[in-house]
Amino acid sequence: MAYMHIGKDFVPPDVHGKVTGRIKYAEDYSREGMVYARLLTSPIPHARVVNIDASAALAMDGVYGILTVDDVYPDGEPQGTGLKILTSEPTLVGEPILAVAAVDEKTAETAISMIEVTFERLPFVVDPLDSLVEGGPNGYPGGQNSFVFRQGFATEKWSADQVATFRAGNEPTAEPQQTVAYGDLEAAFAESSYIYEGTFTTAGYPHHSMEPRSAMAYWEDGKLYLHATSQSLTAFADGIAGIIGIPKEDLVFINAATGGGFGQRSRANSVPSVAIPAKFSQKINRPVMMRITREEEFTIGGARQGFQGWIKVGFKPDGVMAGCDLYIVSDNGGKGGGADAYSAADCISVLYQADAVRYRGTFIGSNTAHRGAQRGPGQNQIAPIISPIMDAAADELGLSRLEIRKVNSAMSGDVGGPQRTPFTSAYMPQALDQAAEAFDWEGRQSRRRQRNGSKVTGLGIGQGYHSAGRSGQDGIVMMGPDGRLKIHCGVGNLGTYSYASVSRAAAEALKMPWESCDILTGRTDLHLPITSPQDGSNSIFTNTRTMWGAAQDLLAKMKEIAAADLGGTLDEYDVSGERVHRIDDESIGYSYGEVAQRAMELGGKYTGESELPAELAEWTQISVSRLAGTAFMGVYHDPAHEGNPPGFTVTCCEIELDTETGKFEILDLISIGESGTIVHPQGMKNQLVGGAVWGIGLSALERHLYDPQNGIPASTGYWQSKVPTYLDTPVKIDTGWVDLPDPENPVGARGIGEPSMGSVSAALTAAISDALDGHIFGAAPITTDMIINHLAGTQENAVPLAQNNFRG
Amino acid sequence: MVATSHDVMPDIELYQPTDEDNALALADNLGRDGWLLAGGQDTFGWLKDRNKNPQAMIELTRVDAWKGIRETTDGVEIGALTTLTEIARDPILTEHYEVLAKAASLVASPQIRNVGTLGGNLNQDARCWYYRRGLDCYRAGGNICYADSPQGLNREHALFGASRCVAVSPSDTAPALVALDATMVIASASGQRTMSAEDYFIGPARDITHMTALNAGEILTAVRLPATWANAEFYFEKVADRNVWDFALVNVAAAMKMAGDSIEDVRLACGAVECTPRRLQTVENALRGQSRSEALAEQAGQLAVAGAEPLNYNHFKVPLMANLVKRAVRG
Repeated sequence: MAYMHIGKDFVPPDVHGKVTGRIKYAEDYSREGMVYARLLTSPIPHARVVNIDASAALAMDGVYGILTVDDVYPDGEPQGTGLKILTSEPTLVGEPILAVAAVDEKTAETAISMIEVTFERLPFVVDPLDSLVEGGPNGYPGGQNSFVFRQGFATEKWSADQVATFRAGNEPTAEPQQTVAYGDLEAAFAESSYIYEGTFTTAGYPHHSMEPRSAMAYWEDGKLYLHATSQSLTAFADGIAGIIGIPKEDLVFINAATGGGFGQRSRANSVPSVAIPAKFSQKINRPVMMRITREEEFTIGGARQGFQGWIKVGFKPDGVMAGCDLYIVSDNGGKGGGADAYSAADCISVLYQADAVRYRGTFIGSNTAHRGAQRGPGQNQIAPIISPIMDAAADELGLSRLEIRKVNSAMSGDVGGPQRTPFTSAYMPQALDQAAEAFDWEGRQSRRRQRNGSKVTGLGIGQGYHSAGRSGQDGIVMMGPDGRLKIHCGVGNLGTYSYASVSRAAAEALKMPWESCDILTGRTDLHLPITSPQDGSNSIFTNTRTMWGAAQDLLAKMKEIAAADLGGTLDEYDVSGERVHRIDDESIGYSYGEVAQRAMELGGKYTGESELPAELAEWTQISVSRLAGTAFMGVYHDPAHEGNPPGFTVTCCEIELDTETGKFEILDLISIGESGTIVHPQGMKNQLVGGAVWGIGLSALERHLYDPQNGIPASTGYWQSKVPTYLDTPVKIDTGWVDLPDPENPVGARGIGEPSMGSVSAALTAAISDALDGHIFGAAPITTDMIINHLAGTQENAVPLAQNNFRG
Repeated sequence: MVATSHDVMPDIELYQPTDEDNALALADNLGRDGWLLAGGQDTFGWLKDRNKNPQAMIELTRVDAWKGIRETTDGVEIGALTTLTEIARDPILTEHYEVLAKAASLVASPQIRNVGTLGGNLNQDARCWYYRRGLDCYRAGGNICYADSPQGLNREHALFGASRCVAVSPSDTAPALVALDATMVIASASGQRTMSAEDYFIGPARDITHMTALNAGEILTAVRLPATWANAEFYFEKVADRNVWDFALVNVAAAMKMAGDSIEDVRLACGAVECTPRRLQTVENALRGQSRSEALAEQAGQLAVAGAEPLNYNHFKVPLMANLVKRAVRG
């Protein structure tokens, strides 16, 4: 289909600000009379605050006050899971206990050093299996050690023998907390010609957003103005109003740009700390800036869940995955939360279309960073685990590694996941073929495991998946007598430019030149509609639907007005050249400015004063009520769609691994996306390249260290966490896309953000394994020391399957 | 109890001398209470975290006499305030002492090398994360080593020379200077003294709270490279987790004088395996007068790791060190 905007590059309006440094992040704002808040955080992994003596601090010149749990939770601290604004029972080092506001940061920090907090130390643990064993320490309040997603806190114990058997590499024998299954697993393994079985670990490493979770707040005319960071905009604002405890209409949330989302800035309950300056400002009646340090970002922010798992996979003689049995103990961290383990099983089911899948999961807390979503939560942890197993099966069954993936690949008409959900569309075979052809996969096979001195070549192919679209959100577009299209966009600006990309769907529907469009976004007093939280790769699919729908509403109303005024029926009118006109005589019609003027004269449904969609969210209703009567309005509530819109990627890579140093170089890497019609090619490329860097970190570098002796984190900065650098990534990362439309989206689009990481991780792990004659580490990351140990046959005194240390 | 995150500089006196005499007088007056500041890459973390609390900082970067690279009658003298970028790019060093230029080029990241100095790289404190975190370990004056314990995280720690503390020398340029048989020039208000690079770095058995022989009031002002080892055959290799902005898991520096295929003389040192750069004299002795071969390289690698005592998580350093020494001999 020929589009005016969809599939074409453009310059998003905030690009110049980012390039020149003029765009403002939360820390860049100031306000007359602003004071600075600093945090006193817990130095102990699990404790109860017995007493706080802040008298010396409060007596200091320049100190304006203290904010404690009693201020933010006057009815008592909530006992549920997740981070709190402030807490009196910290369950991880670094959790905020109180805040002090002062004339400057140095004074606030000095005041904090004068506060005496008396703690009662409580049991702590950094490895979930150490808690799971009978008699092991329990890291959560009330002597509990588990939080089951959407069920609540619990205490879960295995016998010492059950834990030891699991650590020794065997299938867990304890009853899991959660089981989901389909198909006949026993029959599947009975008909398998190759079965792989083994334990694995994946690291639960932290987020690394360049912009920390800083926030600034002040009150004016009864309204709270909150500058903060988020990866959503209205969805975040909607939630944070409730956390702060104010009506939605009294909040102005300002978030023009965000320095990285990573998954846990989409929903307000993952960043409750931004309520601290809001509450503090209310208490001391001054604007309050709270700057979060890099180290604090590691504890106030979040981390991916680590897995301690066991997997059994069976393949039929033709390579078809007959069955997969997956048992995961997932690390809930210090605050509970996360459902990554289930998503891992879902991912295997979707990507490899196994005849039978059983997922068993148990969730155990550790007194480490808060856990929750991080790019591809679950799907991307399992990607590097399953990929070398696919290769082992291919080698064993005499198939090519490309062929075994094609045999098992998802196509339109297939279903996936334990719920057996049909895809809206799926073109994985095309993605595999496109990647293989562009990479010359078959041609390179002669180089596989070829040695050159101490170096050996490895080839890897991998796949990534994440569900990539939602529905049920709202859209608003406006037009005044100037004829410009005002696109009210509640989508966050986390750096992907999707807020601008999705707005192009509204312009497309009205055949509007981009130069005649304005995106209204960045602050909620511009009256923006509700959107889905920007996680789960959903933005492109979800919000092109709402943008398109709102523009279609405006279009229908244009035709109504024109037909009523100028004669004829609606279907005798069309739009072009910023005019609504008769199809048979284009001279009869209105310019967009004229029809907007007529709409304002008519009022009622044309200006949002009546006949609104009944299903509009409360947030959208507030925005519409404030816009009503001011201009010609298109407003839309998006109904539910059918099926699972998948985002798929395929990556091929070639590496050269030095067997004497354990280091490898990625010589070539290509990622192909399969996410329906591409809305913004440059944005798509950015997602694929960015995801590749993340994938390299997941497979080879990133880690999360906590000292088991005292529960303190070692990863408190970028270099300790080993995020990939420019010399750890290839000079060039090639990209491409399938570009076939999805029928459930008006412009054919689906999302891509998360799978772009998983496929790279899968391909790179497969390449490392390939270079090492097919050795399966059962781990992510595979670090230099692990490769050297494998090659040299050295054994370390490491605890098997340990979490939050060098091995997981 | 562990210190919480501060990330805010405390109040501190700042002195900015512009000549040698004033700098040395300040160092003399302030002693251990005066923190010597050059590029700041080992300074600001300590001070902002408030895990080190000196009364004053003496910023040395305005003392031009301690900057630059000069040819002398017996080699080259490098001012301690010379940046690592300058060392990595200097034509004299890249042509005649390439092992040092290479080592400097692999320190940290371009941004850090642009401000970080040779003196700072040599004098930086231990990078053991327990120590840096502000825990009360032996090196911090306490009576425990958190890394050398049954549950300690010690992947980056020492194979040799542990004495209560198992932290390693984090410098990339230090082993290169040991391989070059460099001389360290140390000034104080009472005069100047020199000592070999090999003796400059000290282990925990001698002084567990310091990593160099620098006394209170003394400043490392220059490093001299002898002509003896100019234009030798050099080798430097660093293996780190990341290729930029990381400390070595193991590094190796070698200087060899060849006579045809025969190794006439050689100096070898490894970093990140001991609290000091570890000079491999036994290996040097075994190599002298031998013809270079794969078997000899292999033998050198094995000899290099003799006596290694790995901790829980750093066994990999044994084969890695052996392999790097092998590669250095192989050339």
